[in-house]
Amino acid sequence: MIALSGLLPSRGSSARTLNGVCLLMIGGALLALIGADIQLYSVDPWQELSRIGLGLLQPGWRDFPTLLEAVGQTVAFALLAVALAAPLGLLLATVFHWLPVRLLCAALRSVHELFWGLIFMQLYGLSATTGLLAILVPFTGVFAKVFAEIFEQQSPEPARTVPPAAGGLKRHLYTLIPQSWPALVSYTRYRFECALRSSAILGFIGLPTLGFHLETAFKQGQYSEAGALLWAFLLLIASIRFWLRPRLIPLYLLAALWLLPETIGFSNGGYLWQFISSDIWPAAVRAGEWGAALDWYAMMFNEQLWPGLVQTLLLTQIALVLSGVVVLATYPFASRALAGPVLRWPGRFLLLVLRSTPEMVLAFVFLLLFGPSGLPAVLALALHNGGLIAFLVANDSDAERNGPHARPDDPKGLMRYAYIETPRRFPALLALLFYRWEVILRESAIMGILGIATLGFYIDSAFEEIRYDRAFLLIAVTALLNMLVDSLSRRLRRLARSDRAGLLSRRH
Amino acid sequence: MSFLRRFLALALLLPALARADTFVFTAIPDEDESRLQQRFGKVADYLSDRLGVEVQYIPVKSYAAAITAFRNNQVQLAWFGGLSGVQARRLVPGSEALAQGYEDQFFKTYFIAHASAGVEPADQLSDSLRGKTFTFGSKGSTSGRLMPEFHLREQFGEAPQKIFSRVGFSGDHSRTIAQVQSGAYQIGAVNYSVWESELAQGKIDPDKVRVIWTTPSYPDYQWTIRGDVDGRFGDGFKERVRRAMLELNDPELLASFPRQRFVPASNSDYAPIEATAKAIGLLDD
Repeated sequence: MIALSGLLPSRGSSARTLNGVCLLMIGGALLALIGADIQLYSVDPWQELSRIGLGLLQPGWRDFPTLLEAVGQTVAFALLAVALAAPLGLLLATVFHWLPVRLLCAALRSVHELFWGLIFMQLYGLSATTGLLAILVPFTGVFAKVFAEIFEQQSPEPARTVPPAAGGLKRHLYTLIPQSWPALVSYTRYRFECALRSSAILGFIGLPTLGFHLETAFKQGQYSEAGALLWAFLLLIASIRFWLRPRLIPLYLLAALWLLPETIGFSNGGYLWQFISSDIWPAAVRAGEWGAALDWYAMMFNEQLWPGLVQTLLLTQIALVLSGVVVLATYPFASRALAGPVLRWPGRFLLLVLRSTPEMVLAFVFLLLFGPSGLPAVLALALHNGGLIAFLVANDSDAERNGPHARPDDPKGLMRYAYIETPRRFPALLALLFYRWEVILRESAIMGILGIATLGFYIDSAFEEIRYDRAFLLIAVTALLNMLVDSLSRRLRRLARSDRAGLLSRRH
Repeated sequence: MSFLRRFLALALLLPALARADTFVFTAIPDEDESRLQQRFGKVADYLSDRLGVEVQYIPVKSYAAAITAFRNNQVQLAWFGGLSGVQARRLVPGSEALAQGYEDQFFKTYFIAHASAGVEPADQLSDSLRGKTFTFGSKGSTSGRLMPEFHLREQFGEAPQKIFSRVGFSGDHSRTIAQVQSGAYQIGAVNYSVWESELAQGKIDPDKVRVIWTTPSYPDYQWTIRGDVDGRFGDGFKERVRRAMLELNDPELLASFPRQRFVPASNSDYAPIEATAKAIGLLDD
């Protein structure tokens, strides 16, 4: 992780603008509370919850080789996908000033890995190709954007020494890439952790990663097996820095190739054209009946797009603000300056659990506690994303602890939290929250079990009903919405004046 | 060789090249999805013995994934639910329902309720259900979605979302039971055989959750095979698969499904399912 010492309120971050943005967001969330589908039901969850708790405390796995294999394949997918996506993203970042590239990357980013997986499954079956592409494609979009932002933060001076005729690629090769190398590497490392999560989650749609077994165990109520899988995943994430050594990476890549699951019995490669030309268009459009096609689009708008859009935006807004609250409440417990060198470990562990437990699992537990409504969804999203941002914020705090701004008479405890750490972290925190906005939007697909009809819910239904025309339209609209939110959050970030080097490179 | 194949998959040049002579099948049982690979690996061995070709099993996670694999010929044979079988056969002309479980000839769905919901068992769904919270199973399930939705619409003349204050999709029959038992949802619709087996295992507390209505019977799970297998594996292959299924009598293998034995089935057995799916708008005409 890079030090964030460049980021200081004194660099022009006006407290007034920051407060304005915050008030706007909180006001939006309060308004959303009125319209959102949030309700409490009286429930009787203790029998089920105690079984879950017992499972977590007494994890058990009958079949150790399968567990190891699942861990290996989770790592293999993540490693190979990042190894391919990072250079591709870097290449795209060098031409990021070109609008079509920016739009393409935004479109790639805006579709959830799970939906990419379902799309590629139509083309490549259940195969390693599907799994790799499902991570690789959206990650390339993210890498391109973040790398381009890192380049923007670099001093333009060295680039001026390159002859104007040399062209963009050379300018990047000789100046911008070397200048920003530490930031690029650090972001790629962080992104690898995200890829591990994505890889695990892809098991939910059938790839043989940890999520495959986790979903089964959880669904069947075999909580001690689910517990074992969750612990294995936590351990994997927590230990990244011990095993991901730069020198070992080529070795790991070879091992990953060898570990990828073998594709069984797939022989239809000529399916792509049918998918693009026929499957994803409604029957009326294919037949050229424009009146009927219009009816179809109107039906989709009235029954799924509009209601889904409203619910998605309302819940996202509440989840976003609540994530901020979670960050403010948890990060001090994981920071060395506030919690101390020893006591921060329980805090760090909490954040590890929050950011590594799939939202689906969190949402299920809250569903048992509070009954079906938007509440479990909002809590699950807020805890997961809040945990992730708090982890990054705590890391920033640690990185800066002995930096140039440290003074021997800095206060301690609550005073330090209120007057030093939080104000210094706040612009970065806000920027990270805005970055997560689009992620929260994408992740609203988990809400089917809660009976909340978000856009993700309808996309999932369309795939289940083998109605790719609907899925395509819904995904296209979600992608547009994501692009909008993305540009809005970029503006808000500028408002918050947090567009400084370093912290931008820590986005998920 | 396999290293090279993986590399090709990685290079995204081709969908991995298939071994043309391998007969591949998939199955999602309606209960106990654990250790699928081991359990269905044994079914693959049995089929391989009977058919004289290499047979492999691929585990999948959802009906949609199973249908996709069947459609693009990654698998040639699948153990589908009633609805997913109909969907798959519509997408792959020439494909055929071969055999169903003995129990699948008269499958049922139970409507279950939490004790605090105050709904009494009855001969039909009553107005006391109105305004309660309700959960289906998986979106593509016959017993957890299609049939209960059909009967709700028939009884109330309205969409479930209008009858109940909230309609969820638990994703799985075991989850439906857990969610109704915990009171998270007041009412649920569940595959009768999963209910019976969880009841027998003592996972259900009869003081908390009970059956309030049983649907009339309908046909459910079946083996469906692609129409082009005879061309690929030799004349009469389809019939040999059918015979292998009907003559399967090893209790250990049957327990994976879990069914007593398999009996003949045909596409027309599932016409009522197709009509029902069209009636509630899950299938287009």
